[in-house]
Amino acid sequence: MTSNVEQKVIVKKLKSMFPESILEVTDFRGDLQILVDREKILEICRYLKTDKELNFNMLLDVCGVDYLQMNSQARFAVVYHMYSLNKKHRVRLKAFLNDDTPVVESVCSIWKSANWFEREAYDLFGIQFKNHPNLKRILTHPNFHGHPLRKDYDSTKRHPQVERRK
Amino acid sequence: MTLTVEPLERLGELMVVNIGPIHPATHGTIYLKAYLDGEVIVKAEPDVGYLHRCFEKMCETHPYHTVMPYTDRLNYCSCFMNNVGWAMAVEKLLGLEITPKCQYVRVILNEFNRIIDHMVCIGTNLVDVGALTNFWYAFQPREMVYTLLEKCCGARLTVNYCQIGGLIRDIPSDFDNESKTILKALPRFIEDIEGLITHNRIFIDRTKGINPVTADQAIDWGWTGPCLRACGVAYDVRKAHPYYDYDKFDFSIPTGTNGDVYDRYLVRIAEMYQSMKIIEQALEGLPDGPVTVKDNRYIFPEKENVYSNIESLMNHFKLVMHGIKPPVGEVYSYTEAANGELGFYLISDGGSHPYRVKVRPPCFAIFQAMEDMLPGHMIADLIAILGSLNLVMGELDR
Repeated sequence: MTSNVEQKVIVKKLKSMFPESILEVTDFRGDLQILVDREKILEICRYLKTDKELNFNMLLDVCGVDYLQMNSQARFAVVYHMYSLNKKHRVRLKAFLNDDTPVVESVCSIWKSANWFEREAYDLFGIQFKNHPNLKRILTHPNFHGHPLRKDYDSTKRHPQVERRK
Repeated sequence: MTLTVEPLERLGELMVVNIGPIHPATHGTIYLKAYLDGEVIVKAEPDVGYLHRCFEKMCETHPYHTVMPYTDRLNYCSCFMNNVGWAMAVEKLLGLEITPKCQYVRVILNEFNRIIDHMVCIGTNLVDVGALTNFWYAFQPREMVYTLLEKCCGARLTVNYCQIGGLIRDIPSDFDNESKTILKALPRFIEDIEGLITHNRIFIDRTKGINPVTADQAIDWGWTGPCLRACGVAYDVRKAHPYYDYDKFDFSIPTGTNGDVYDRYLVRIAEMYQSMKIIEQALEGLPDGPVTVKDNRYIFPEKENVYSNIESLMNHFKLVMHGIKPPVGEVYSYTEAANGELGFYLISDGGSHPYRVKVRPPCFAIFQAMEDMLPGHMIADLIAILGSLNLVMGELDR
């Protein structure tokens, strides 16, 4: 669990570096979550990785969330879980994407591990990652229509690849 | 007569070999397109998703406790660890502290599952490189652990033994004896494998220096588990962020130096001994008491009581019809599974179903590095490498 003191360091450092881009800081059950401006995601991530005191050298997970059925400020969000092996602290970054075609900068250039996780978020939510080296579908097949984890996706929909025999 | 050989126009003429998605050497439905120049891989395109079965979407339509059986199907070589991962995530969301006995039983079965998972990985990896005998040495102890699990919950492979807030039933009376019998039998099998393989010239030639990964590379790719530790990084969730009294047990984290296929084998072998050490200590200190919390908002009543008294019947009805209702919030819970850090990211909107579930499967991060790492290796090495990564498609594709 991230202790309170360290949380303050992470938050303080981020707030002093990006005073306008840190929108909200919450702590639920010991999970530190920082809501950031999506325009600044690349810079914030690079800072989190390269700063000696923060040193988030491992990106564990990237995923999308569809807030259609929940009370929220935007429909989509992209969520990053990162971890520092040396400092043993974790943080969750979240950025809301407020348009119908959600776009966010890819963090592949900072952590290679973002590659497939971003592809997955693109595949299942239709979130576009700018400057991603290979943004293709990964879990569903190439001819799949729509993005299955969106809340308005009709799960009874079928995707026939050949026409039905009469 | 002179023999003239027509010069072959070789530039741009690469041979494409499709490995998978139903190839026996991949141990799962992985598809890997390898471009070969002679026997050397020039380019590799891994493709996954052939076993995708919408685990995350399914979770959104199920009450929290009925997601449990699906987690068995994530890493099907060590089902119980996924159960624990899911239960821990929901318990964290609820702020629920489980009983000491339940914690210890979870630790013991977790470690047994880690052993059999490593056994499967080592056994199949060795079959792939041509050492068939070890397969039986590796799979026999697995049977014994499955028998223990069967005594606990009635199922062998997909155990579904956890429930939110505890276990579905108490351990059998001979749990201690059974576990000790397995512990006594295990070293023989591991030593047999070690004796045949660790200093085996052929095995060393096939695996040493094959796919060496540096610590920085592995961290950059988000590797966790035995594959990361083989690179020399001593990161283990059980030590770094101990849960369930792992900090009270005396065990060490084995690490390798080169991060190659051989080191991954050595790390897995060493980890099995460490797991046995943990089980011994946990059996020693196994506390008495209930295995479930006393809170009927989460725990199903005994079946006998459901049929005989009205409170239990109502309790059962409420849980089945309305489920568990956690507070609004989101948590990320992580455990050290056999392949590395297994994470569950859970968003609750206060309803009886999870709003969003994201599984962070350890081998997803491991396998994505192959696109970069395979070029330069021979096609035969590829088989050794794939086996050593312990890819379990159930958790990779979800």
